[in-house]
Amino acid sequence: MLKLIALRIAMAVPVMLVVATIVFLLLRLSPGDPALIIAGETAGPEALARIRADMGLDRPLIVQYLAWLGEIARGHLGTSILSKIPVLSLIFDRLEPTLVLALSAILITVLVAVPLGAVAAWRHNSWVDRAVMVLSVVGFSVPAFVIGYVLILLFSVKADLFPVQGYVSPFEDPVASLRHLVLPSLTLALVFMALISRVTRSSLLEILSEDFIRTARAKGNVERRVLWRHAMPNAAVPIITVIGLGIALLISGVVVTESVFNLPGVGRLTIDAILARDYPVVQGLMLFFALIYVGVNLLIDLAYVIVDPRIRY
Amino acid sequence: MSATERANIPSQRNRFLEALLVNRIALLSGVLLLVIVLSAVLATAITGDDAFLIRPRQRLRPPGAEFWFGTDALGRDVFALVLHGGRISLLVGLLAAVAAAAIGTAMGLLTGYLRWLDPIVMRIMDGIMAIPGILFAVALVSLVGPSLMTIVAAITFAEIPRVTRLVRSIVLSVREESYVRAAEGLGIPPMLVLVRHILPSCLAPLIVQTTYMFAAAILSEAVLGFLGVGFPPDVPSWGNVLAEGRAVFQRASWTILAPGLFLAVTVMAVNLLGDGLRDRLDPRLSRAAKVSS
Repeated sequence: MLKLIALRIAMAVPVMLVVATIVFLLLRLSPGDPALIIAGETAGPEALARIRADMGLDRPLIVQYLAWLGEIARGHLGTSILSKIPVLSLIFDRLEPTLVLALSAILITVLVAVPLGAVAAWRHNSWVDRAVMVLSVVGFSVPAFVIGYVLILLFSVKADLFPVQGYVSPFEDPVASLRHLVLPSLTLALVFMALISRVTRSSLLEILSEDFIRTARAKGNVERRVLWRHAMPNAAVPIITVIGLGIALLISGVVVTESVFNLPGVGRLTIDAILARDYPVVQGLMLFFALIYVGVNLLIDLAYVIVDPRIRY
Repeated sequence: MSATERANIPSQRNRFLEALLVNRIALLSGVLLLVIVLSAVLATAITGDDAFLIRPRQRLRPPGAEFWFGTDALGRDVFALVLHGGRISLLVGLLAAVAAAAIGTAMGLLTGYLRWLDPIVMRIMDGIMAIPGILFAVALVSLVGPSLMTIVAAITFAEIPRVTRLVRSIVLSVREESYVRAAEGLGIPPMLVLVRHILPSCLAPLIVQTTYMFAAAILSEAVLGFLGVGFPPDVPSWGNVLAEGRAVFQRASWTILAPGLFLAVTVMAVNLLGDGLRDRLDPRLSRAAKVSS
């Protein structure tokens, strides 16, 4: 098991290297002089030259690249141009709203979408099945921000059930926090639910027509036991795979949802940093998101071994 | 009928009904899409230059007989804006989907066929997939400046790995077929083998994938516009019409609902058309291949 973990981590290193290279090239090859942005339009040529020398911008691109790789390999992401705060602490300061939002969306999805998909497969062609298919088509077609605004319109403006925007920490006021959280986490969860319920349905549908399910039924097992003990574990691998791929969906969703509901999380931080051209923050956040994606998929690869003993590396 | 019977006996009649229903939905989606494309192409003929006419005295009028979808904060006709916006949004979607399909196919063919290239290209693709597509696009467009070229390029970039993987997997399975072996044995140059003997096997799944990417690209353009890095306001697209509705949404919900509905219906029609094509062209291709950005 340890060897497996080590091997998988070793495989993730080149992927992160590619990510770092793309992020570096994206920001360095784009027009616009970072020194000019830091110094402001009015700065004289000496001031610009000094900033370039300070930041190493006067060195050849390959030297800058290697120096930067060395920095991030040691966990130094640099400091924000605008606020002079280290990028890492900037990210950690804004992490809580994003984590709360993402985890509640995942919770809603797993609690609702997996059982929904299972029932849809079990009662193939029933109204539940149709509803799941409609949900998945709608979830894939309506952009998250439109869903968010529709929810605000229905439940905040018309019905006045939930606050329109903003964030309250669950550690300060759990009740108010929950009320602020309902609409954003539903908005974020809908795309994810569309994906997961659909995959659960299709992979379970395939399993349910297998011989061993008929055998399990013939042995006189209760239907519920057949579904959860015999069918579900065998359908789990594709579902888990898609949850991993869906992390990318979730990250994009977080950025949009935080903008709609004005939540002070890392998604908003990213957009603000990009619009302000705060290069170190943008680089740091892209690496951060990529690391999460790679990390979650690494954990999922390891989860296969637990869920499905047939899988060996 | 008990659940057991229902799950176990796939009735012939049901399956036939399902196939008919799927195709009817695909047909309906195709017609709907055609209407939307036509309305975008003929936007000027239908609405004149209403989309660009600023009427300070008729700001934020609710939908009614005069303005079907109401007016926006500048007094522009939202219906005209939505039709004109369709031009840009559909164009972006089409260009990005075709570009991603072309680049991804070339990469997939090469990386599937040349063994030494495979590990390098696939790690690069893994890296691209690890970067959230929307963030990359927002960063690229905001750094280089919004134009049709940059917006299409930014959306294309994130879609390339999926096509590369799809084509590569098909090449890997077809490469060992005897007709490919035979062609190689006859001394046909590798490039010609790839294009003449392997590429045709990729076409059906590629068409389906391109349809899904078209839908995803339209959504991406809208998200870019919504986040404030899309086309400038004087070039109406679904994305920036939605973005401008943000500020006045609570007073004038139609500024977001009308373009949002148009966008959603279009994307849904394209997705359902893709489902229909998939069932028709390639029954093996699973829905899981559709996990889009």
